[in-house]
Amino acid sequence: ARALSTSVPVSTKVTLIPGDGIGPEISDAVKKIFAAAQTPIEWEEVDVTPRMVNNRPAIPEDARLSMMETKLGLKGPLATPVGKGHKSLNLLLRQTFDLYANVRPCRSVKGYKTPYEDVNTVIIRENTEGEYCGVEHEVYPGVVQSIKLITRASSMRVANFAFEYAKNNSRSEVTAVTKANIMKASDGLFLECCEEVAKRFPDIRFKHMLLDKACLNLTKNPNEFDVMVMPNLYGDILSDLSAGLIGGLGLTPSGNIGADGLAIFESVHGTAPDIAGKDLANPTALALSGCMMLRHMHLHDYADKIENALLSTIAEGQFITGDLGGKATCSEFTAAVCSKL
Amino acid sequence: FLSTSAPVRTQYGNRRLVTLIPGDGIGPELMASVRTVFDAMNAPVDFEEISFGGQDPDAEQKCDEAILSMKRNGVGLKGVLATPHGFGSRQSLNVKMRLQLDLFANVTPCISYEGVPARHQNVNLVVIRQNTEGEYSHLEHEINPGVVESLKVISRERSQQIAKFAFDYAVRKGRSKVTAVHKANIMKQGDGLFLQSCRDVASLYPSITFNDMIVDNCSMQLVSKPQQFDILVTPNLYGNIVGNIGAGLIGGAGVVPGANFGKDMALFEPGTRHVGQDIAGKNQANPTAMLVSAKLMLRHLGFKNEEVALNQAVRAVIKKGHVLTRDMGGTASTTEFTQAVIDEVKPILAALSQGEAATA
Ligand SMILES: Nc1ncnc2c1ncn2[C@@H]1O[C@H](COP(=O)(O)OP(=O)(O)OP(=O)(O)O)[C@@H](O)[C@H]1O
Ligand SMILES: Nc1ncnc2c1ncn2[C@@H]1O[C@H](COP(=O)(O)OP(=O)(O)OP(=O)(O)O)[C@@H](O)[C@H]1O
Ligand SMILES: [Mg+2]
Ligand SMILES: [Mg+2]
Repeated sequence: ARALSTSVPVSTKVTLIPGDGIGPEISDAVKKIFAAAQTPIEWEEVDVTPRMVNNRPAIPEDARLSMMETKLGLKGPLATPVGKGHKSLNLLLRQTFDLYANVRPCRSVKGYKTPYEDVNTVIIRENTEGEYCGVEHEVYPGVVQSIKLITRASSMRVANFAFEYAKNNSRSEVTAVTKANIMKASDGLFLECCEEVAKRFPDIRFKHMLLDKACLNLTKNPNEFDVMVMPNLYGDILSDLSAGLIGGLGLTPSGNIGADGLAIFESVHGTAPDIAGKDLANPTALALSGCMMLRHMHLHDYADKIENALLSTIAEGQFITGDLGGKATCSEFTAAVCSKL
Repeated sequence: FLSTSAPVRTQYGNRRLVTLIPGDGIGPELMASVRTVFDAMNAPVDFEEISFGGQDPDAEQKCDEAILSMKRNGVGLKGVLATPHGFGSRQSLNVKMRLQLDLFANVTPCISYEGVPARHQNVNLVVIRQNTEGEYSHLEHEINPGVVESLKVISRERSQQIAKFAFDYAVRKGRSKVTAVHKANIMKQGDGLFLQSCRDVASLYPSITFNDMIVDNCSMQLVSKPQQFDILVTPNLYGNIVGNIGAGLIGGAGVVPGANFGKDMALFEPGTRHVGQDIAGKNQANPTAMLVSAKLMLRHLGFKNEEVALNQAVRAVIKKGHVLTRDMGGTASTTEFTQAVIDEVKPILAALSQGEAATA
């Protein structure tokens, strides 16, 4: 039903994970905004606080089942349990649902001034291996080896996703970012996979850029970039860097793409315990993540409508939240967005 | 007069012999610029030039020659050697030189120039990077078809050494803060060891503020509030990242100098280490990064007047803004910029030596 949804809106169920801290407030705001835009979305709220199963943390069964059924999730920030041996919940979710690609678009927001005005990039990060494989050992007292693992299977999968993404979102160029001059075998393999996939997408330009040059150019002239695809660590770094270009994590959405078309969209910022429960949070990042989700569902019209309402409310500057230098509460901002819709 | 830190290897009188490796891409043009300026200053430096391309068939041999020359002279100036990509291809000769000469510390100062168009102003940070281990271990293998692992090696000895270098640098330069950049939340043992080593060393320098930052957050902070940083100390790869972000902040690869230090060895090269193949041979490259690297070398050699004069001259040309290369928003060629520096440097140098004669 998803592919034909633009003409006849069939109601689609989406799993909503409100999360911790400011999560419930911003999730509430997003629900209001989606309702005002009359999106055909039906929310199924679940709690993902992990339970111990066989002495290991696991996602609660009803949350897991809901995700398996809807295949679509929208998620607020989750508090990471502190303490030894605890995996972060985000990691747990990533592994449970094999979320292999992290997608982070960064687009300059009119009305929020930074030294960069023309950013419109999308970073696609391999999300399951690389430097985050967690294999390390002390080979000799005071000498540690950390393993970076790159596989053909994962590299092909994420490269393929990057090109599909570019095609579906009318993007014209994909840049692979690696350090293949130094890590010739591992990053070399990643690059080789990208080159191989690129051949199947003749309409999309393909480029390779070394990580250092990408850092230099992204900091200097981010408008030279379009879609980028890279191994785990580089994606982590460059996506935060790109968020910095447009004003920080409060404005950047993100999506995690899993096996079998499952996808979870999330705001990248934290739980903001300092302002939680005070109606001060900015729901923009989560709402924009919701827009990404709508596009993933091919509901582009709804996504455009909501995005315009959000961005024009920010550009007008009358009802913006504290993190953007305004005085509005979360509810006031939300109301302003809804009234535009 | 020679600096106390530099090994004393005098040739004739007070002249010093220095290894010169032009490298690939724009390297030769930039070296030509340095040589003309040094000639105009009558700088007491002679160059032992070893010219080759990183892809030449005899590149390995030439590189060994260069390493030998460096061992003799103790000081060198270098462009960047091209490195082939891909499975089974030859190790980077740039890395080979660093390893064989044990140039464990790389210093990349990113300091705003008045007159260079840039997204950020008043940046004044120095990246100090471990230069010989970490991700550049070249230990990789295919465990299974399509499954490759690369090893990153972090040692306490090397981490403490670079941390100590960073804090000593801070003390020497009157800087007040050192930030360790890491990813110890993920690489708990490897980066954890680096971070712990920095903390241990920091406790010996109570007058210098110490903090640490995760590399992704640091990258975000750098492009939003770069003025918060002073000295950044990093493992190898993060230094490459952070140094290039720093360069991007203040105007690009053309303006950022760099230096590599070993125990009694120093090799100066542009901070961002780019070959610049796209503009090679076009007389377009900005010689600033190489000139300022040469300036750092003059300081290391203890040639104070020449150092000060060259620094002032380059900054003056840029500030005046009549003769700027393309990357700085102008139209001047490499040779025109070089000439402008020469025109500035002569009177400054003359005034400096006159002042010296007067006080003597
Ligand atoms: N949506 C938001 N609206 C307004 N301010 C925000 C928002 N998200 C984060 N902030 C602010 O940004 C700062 C950092 O918050 P964040 O929660 O990301 O930090 P954190 O310490 O990493 O949290 P966590 O431990 O949950 O990851 C805080 O001051 C917070 O108030
Ligand atoms: N001295 C300089 N003056 C002007 N521009 C420079 C200078 N040095 C480097 N650049 C520019 O900075 C950018 C980065 O350099 P670049 O990475 O192209 O070098 P490269 O090593 O040849 O490329 P790659 O690393 O992809 O093989 C290029 O656009 C280059 O022209
Ligand atoms: Mg991150
Ligand atoms: Mg956080």
